[in-house]
Amino acid sequence: MKKIHFSEWGIDSPRYWGMLAVLGAIIAVAGLAVFYMEHNGHWVTGMTNQVVWGMPHVFAIFLIVAASGALNVASIGTAFGKKVYKPLGRLSGLLAITLLAGGLAVLVLDLGQPGRLLIAMTHYNFKSIFAWNIYLYTGFFAIVALYIWFMMDWRMNKYYKPVGVFAFVWRLMLTTGTGSIFGFIVARQGYDAAIMAPMFVIMSFAYGLAVYLLVLMFAFKADGREIGDVLLKRLKNLLGIFVAAVFYFTVVYHLTNLYGTENHEYEAFILRDGGIYTLLFWGGWVLIGCLIPMGIIYHPALGATRGGIIAASTLVVLGGFATIYVIVIGGQAFPMAMFPGKTIVASGFFDGVNGQPMLYSPSLPEILLGLGGVALVLMLTFIGIRVLRFLPTSLADEVADPHHAKS
Amino acid sequence: MSKVEQQGRREFLKGTAATAAISIAPGVMLHSLTADAAPRTEAVTDKVRWGMLIDANKCADGCTDCVSACDKENGLDLVNMPEGADESLWERQRPRWIRQVSLKDNLSGKITHLPMMCQHCEKPPCVDVCPTGASFRRADGIVMVDRHICIGCRYCMMACPYKARSFIHAEVAEKLTHTPRGKGCVESCNLCVHRLDNGQTTTACQDACQHQAIVFGDLNDPESAVSQALKKYPSVQIRADLKLNTGVRYSNI
Repeated sequence: MKKIHFSEWGIDSPRYWGMLAVLGAIIAVAGLAVFYMEHNGHWVTGMTNQVVWGMPHVFAIFLIVAASGALNVASIGTAFGKKVYKPLGRLSGLLAITLLAGGLAVLVLDLGQPGRLLIAMTHYNFKSIFAWNIYLYTGFFAIVALYIWFMMDWRMNKYYKPVGVFAFVWRLMLTTGTGSIFGFIVARQGYDAAIMAPMFVIMSFAYGLAVYLLVLMFAFKADGREIGDVLLKRLKNLLGIFVAAVFYFTVVYHLTNLYGTENHEYEAFILRDGGIYTLLFWGGWVLIGCLIPMGIIYHPALGATRGGIIAASTLVVLGGFATIYVIVIGGQAFPMAMFPGKTIVASGFFDGVNGQPMLYSPSLPEILLGLGGVALVLMLTFIGIRVLRFLPTSLADEVADPHHAKS
Repeated sequence: MSKVEQQGRREFLKGTAATAAISIAPGVMLHSLTADAAPRTEAVTDKVRWGMLIDANKCADGCTDCVSACDKENGLDLVNMPEGADESLWERQRPRWIRQVSLKDNLSGKITHLPMMCQHCEKPPCVDVCPTGASFRRADGIVMVDRHICIGCRYCMMACPYKARSFIHAEVAEKLTHTPRGKGCVESCNLCVHRLDNGQTTTACQDACQHQAIVFGDLNDPESAVSQALKKYPSVQIRADLKLNTGVRYSNI
């Protein structure tokens, strides 16, 4: 293994500025969508008093979950001492910060009163998992920034490992906190389950790594850097394990629910009768998000190609969005079980008359806000790798593989 | 010299009296004006716990008197559909504090009607999850929202087991002084808190119910009508499994 050198992203200026312009335009459109929604109020969205969290939350939660997962690559190098991952750490830290920034931007801009963000920073109810998350998120920015500094500055090298371990522990807490937003909700049938927290952690592993792989391969390809097969094979195998773990948690979550009679109606809704939610569960969460990527990754021929790895990562990301949609929107669309043993036959406030699900169709401004968050993530990442030395000059096997000389 | 001095003393006394009159008079006025609302000068205590008992047998099919009364009392009827809004979508977005629900027993087919609103839990999930503390429970048992620090995150709406809360989806042009409301905040039934704080002892929904299905009062006072009724008739809490100790109880459902 040779000494690793890092350098700024060297793509041509016109291409770099062109990309920033496109991303900037998407962000500007998202900005207009926010202005439109905040100026008019949420009546211009598809959100109602029944489905209170909509498309912005799907994007925000995906990005926040992926943020903590993106840091894993650095953690494996630092906390678990795997040398081959060390050159990947800087980009991992950067993506963690940018994904979280994008996710939080979307979340905050969908608040009924986004101007009161200062109140959220000064008034705390410490029994609220949301309030803990404010600390977990801001703490994450600070710790990861410190982590990146210590990675980049050789003088701080002796503190690099403890900060890396601390960042790893912190990211576990963060995703546990995000999962618990749903896990702690006793009111709704689809939530109120302790498995939500570890399931979100494992989802973050998969989504974060998939995003990392896509950004890494794009950035390297764009300015002609080399990634060796050894490293790619390791990363894609790791993705395979994470995706398999997501699938395992999915199976356990639904099997547990199916065992208890009280959850049968909810399970029938998600697995069989839920229309769009059933389609997104089987087609998106299970097939696109788990089974097809696993098939590609472990296929002897497909799994060895770069196209296969890109396809698998893309599918994991798309399946991830479907997963979050089923959890967030599907969980709200299912009527609350207020009167066990009885059917609501009439209601003045849409209580799920005759078991009918709550209606929700996302509006364009909501989707634009979410896409703006994604564009913000990419823009911040591209600026980061352009101005600072986040990318190794080469990840070719003779550089990155510690066992290269022996083989 | 002495004359001048005396004049000076007289002038001084006159001036003092005038100043005193100017500074005390508004206080006297204020005191006399607010004499009826004396409780407002003291903090609410837990000596009282407001609550109600709803008899579903008395609640009539198709009657929405309590809903209309609540809408009027709390200015919900002033919340107009924004121009250009889709009517069926707006119906799902407009705020409601109380609603009429009809239930059918799955086994017997018996139909029951009842009004649903905030159940004023002793341990409210909406208060637990609120990040800023905007969602709070008063010492006298009323669960409500401090609209100055509500950031509009809607986590309370996710957490409420009774779907009792509404988000204000649009600008509200006209509002009542005792029920301020603004776009982007969450709200729900507050047991007509403005009435109680002004010394009244009934809610608008109770007053409007011709069938006497709603008995409201102090749950801590064993002599109150609601306590007497609760003692006399069997009653249940909705989602009693959550052990939230609701302030609103139901009989005959």
